[in-house]
Amino acid sequence: MDEKLTTPVTLPEIEVERYELSAPPPYHFELQRRDFFKALGAGLLVACVLKDAFAFQESGGRRGQFRREDQLPREISAWLHIGENGTVTGYTGKVEIGQNIRTSLSQAIAEELHFPIERIELVMGDTKLTPFDMGTFGSRTTPTMNLRLRQVAAAARDTLVAMAAKQWSANPQELVAADGKITDRANNRTVEYAELVKGQQLTELMPEQDPLEPATEWTVEGRPIRKIDGRDFVTGSHKYPSDQKLPGMLFGKVLRPPSFGATLVSVNPPDATVMPNVTFVHDGDFIGVAAPTEGEAIRAAKSIKAQWKEQTGQPSSETIYDYLKTYPAPTGGEFGERTSKYEVGSLDAGMSAADHRLHQTYTVAYIQHAPLEPRAALAQWSGNSVTVWTGTQRPFGVRGQLAETFHIPEDNVRVLMPDMGSAYGGKHTGECAIEAARLARAANRPVKLVWTREEEFTWAYFRPVGVMDVSAGVRGDGTITAWEFHNYNSGGSGIGTMYDVANQRIVFHPTQYPLRQGSYRALAATANHFARESFMDELAHELKMDPFEFRMKNLKDDRLRAVFEASAKKFDWGQTKKPGHGFGMGGGFEKGGNVATFAEVSVDRATGAMHVERVVCAFECGAIVNPDGLRNQIEGGNTMGLGGALFEAIHFANGKILNPHFAQYRVPRFSDVPKMETVLVDRRDIPSAGAGESPLMGVAPAIGNAIFDATGVRLRAMPLVPNGLKAT
Amino acid sequence: MANVTKLHINGTVYSVDADPQASLLSVLRDQLDLTGSKYGCGEGQCGACTVLIDGNPRHSCVTKVGAVGARKITTIEGLERDGQLTPVQQAFVDEGAMQCAYCTSGMIMTATAMLRAIPNPTAEQVHEYMQGNVCRCGTYQRIVAAVLRAASAMNRNSAKEAS
Repeated sequence: MDEKLTTPVTLPEIEVERYELSAPPPYHFELQRRDFFKALGAGLLVACVLKDAFAFQESGGRRGQFRREDQLPREISAWLHIGENGTVTGYTGKVEIGQNIRTSLSQAIAEELHFPIERIELVMGDTKLTPFDMGTFGSRTTPTMNLRLRQVAAAARDTLVAMAAKQWSANPQELVAADGKITDRANNRTVEYAELVKGQQLTELMPEQDPLEPATEWTVEGRPIRKIDGRDFVTGSHKYPSDQKLPGMLFGKVLRPPSFGATLVSVNPPDATVMPNVTFVHDGDFIGVAAPTEGEAIRAAKSIKAQWKEQTGQPSSETIYDYLKTYPAPTGGEFGERTSKYEVGSLDAGMSAADHRLHQTYTVAYIQHAPLEPRAALAQWSGNSVTVWTGTQRPFGVRGQLAETFHIPEDNVRVLMPDMGSAYGGKHTGECAIEAARLARAANRPVKLVWTREEEFTWAYFRPVGVMDVSAGVRGDGTITAWEFHNYNSGGSGIGTMYDVANQRIVFHPTQYPLRQGSYRALAATANHFARESFMDELAHELKMDPFEFRMKNLKDDRLRAVFEASAKKFDWGQTKKPGHGFGMGGGFEKGGNVATFAEVSVDRATGAMHVERVVCAFECGAIVNPDGLRNQIEGGNTMGLGGALFEAIHFANGKILNPHFAQYRVPRFSDVPKMETVLVDRRDIPSAGAGESPLMGVAPAIGNAIFDATGVRLRAMPLVPNGLKAT
Repeated sequence: MANVTKLHINGTVYSVDADPQASLLSVLRDQLDLTGSKYGCGEGQCGACTVLIDGNPRHSCVTKVGAVGARKITTIEGLERDGQLTPVQQAFVDEGAMQCAYCTSGMIMTATAMLRAIPNPTAEQVHEYMQGNVCRCGTYQRIVAAVLRAASAMNRNSAKEAS
């Protein structure tokens, strides 16, 4: 296991990602064994059972978790079916949100099953067909599901070899499984997996195991495989959630309040004589319509006369930072019972021992995920049961929300998640699914609802705004003697320091907040790394030390040192700068990923034009499953990080979002993108971790530090340069 | 104004029944099930809905279907011929120039138009021409590589045809 989990880098006292935590609903896995084979055809089924459940079953016999002999246990994390028709199908509750886990998980199966990857199907995120899963977030797919699928595939291969050995009365040790076939070389005979399982209905259950040894002899994993179904995307044939369609389907539209916190006073429905085909729903504060075309639905929604009472005195994007410091979360609230704290040594003693003391405050703004595909759902009722196709990172969570909202058992809800147009942590919730289902129930027809960009910018949740106060003491030789770090509201992820400091106090302060906020790709880690790594630069400047040298002096962790050194080398840290150019760095560790990002910027103080010229990012997350997928995540993460670093910010006042359009909310475009170079550090001796999030963390501080290097201007608020950097 | 009843798309004449004020995008997607063109913003700001009208890239989300007339529309579904991807489509696959790929059809349509106008673009010209297309996953560097790869493949093909 990764020894780093016991060091102060990850603080056990401070929760990892508060906004991603959610209690798992009770397991509701009811598929019967015979139904399974009826649906899939004969073959071999291998399932991975959660460790505790398996132990219970082993000790308690088949009456316990396994309620009847013909039922599969509920506590399954993944399963695999080898069919007599030559296909292999893996089942996982994880979903494809664009990070190409359909590819990497297929690699996992191919690797251990010794089966051609192009003949592997993956069924993902269908609450009726796949095992329960909490959701696709927190960079958990690679360290958990990749492993589970490898395990079931390895077990399936062993079973198939045993079956062949039995059939041939051969020694299984002398048989070779490769390319979907088992070969007995000594006797020159071969049998396909499909032939072995013909007419069989075999089930095998296996316990989840501790991590397999990282494979040093991977043949499929570790290879740069492109998006496995890429062809369906370049031809436009892939059907995203918003592309789903059913016969007789209506289009939905929801009437939104004018601002956050507004309550409905009165409402007049659309004129039924003018719009006879429109279904109108008013239920509590929900107002919506469904109509045969999108145009009719929009016209009907516009014709609704609703009166709202708006809430006054709400903070704005200008006053929010003072607000966070002024209004701590009330105790007993949803999140805010307690302040999380980590302390080691004596801060006072550390400060006394220092030659220099420094204090600074950093802030991050609310930003939007702005996934290019907005929230979308298609809902269809049959009696008291509902089926919803929707874009979500948590299909099982959405199933629970639907069940709760409509007062029906979870068994009556099926949620399907077609591979969607991205999420970045922004689609954990099921509001669109619920709205579509509410309209569909009223209309007694299937209803599709696709949020507009403005709705997505306004009523989806935001990455939390935050304030970080940092203080430190350093000796003249560069040793950090004291480190104090406070985060208000944005979260505890990545809040610790990876530098070796004897005396620390690290505190997360939950606060009240005015806008709906939630998960985001590298959520709080981005904010905390921005503050910590910017502050490290400020300390180095105070000491007149080279920022790289200063970091290395205080950094003992080998894996982090390795990425900093690799990045510095590739970047050629210490090279001569062009006039108006500056260099900077930032890095850290989070969710199993070590990152060091170096940036070069150019600034023209006369015009204020500022451009990131070059980004070098060294990354290490254990054994690399797919180097191409990893590079893609690093490049994409760096680009997304660049948006939040330079110009992305939600402007708001009086509960209204003031820039809910791409014309007003600037996202990175072609011309913003620097030359990006990635350095992959492959550690085959360390279990693979996820990489969808942590590459973002170093971008903002690297750019901010480079701007300081170029101009002497220290920027402590993200976004750094929403209006350029003109000299005043 | 009478409803629009006919559209020329991908070499076929389609019968539709559309309010002329409706967006071309909604008619493609909802009436004809040509869902390869995507809704991203509805304001011509993200490029996900890009189609070609008489060969020129247009945002179908802000194009009124009543304004199209008999002009020829090409959507992403109309590029592939007899199972053969165009060089631009193939280059996106080969370069792995996508993540969620929701922007991909708009990127490919814009790039297709660009390479007709500028057969040998520089990276800077690609940036400039495609500035209206957003890839929120941030695969821009790969998209540029794909467009340049497609350009050289097409130039090789036309050199072959010429010889």
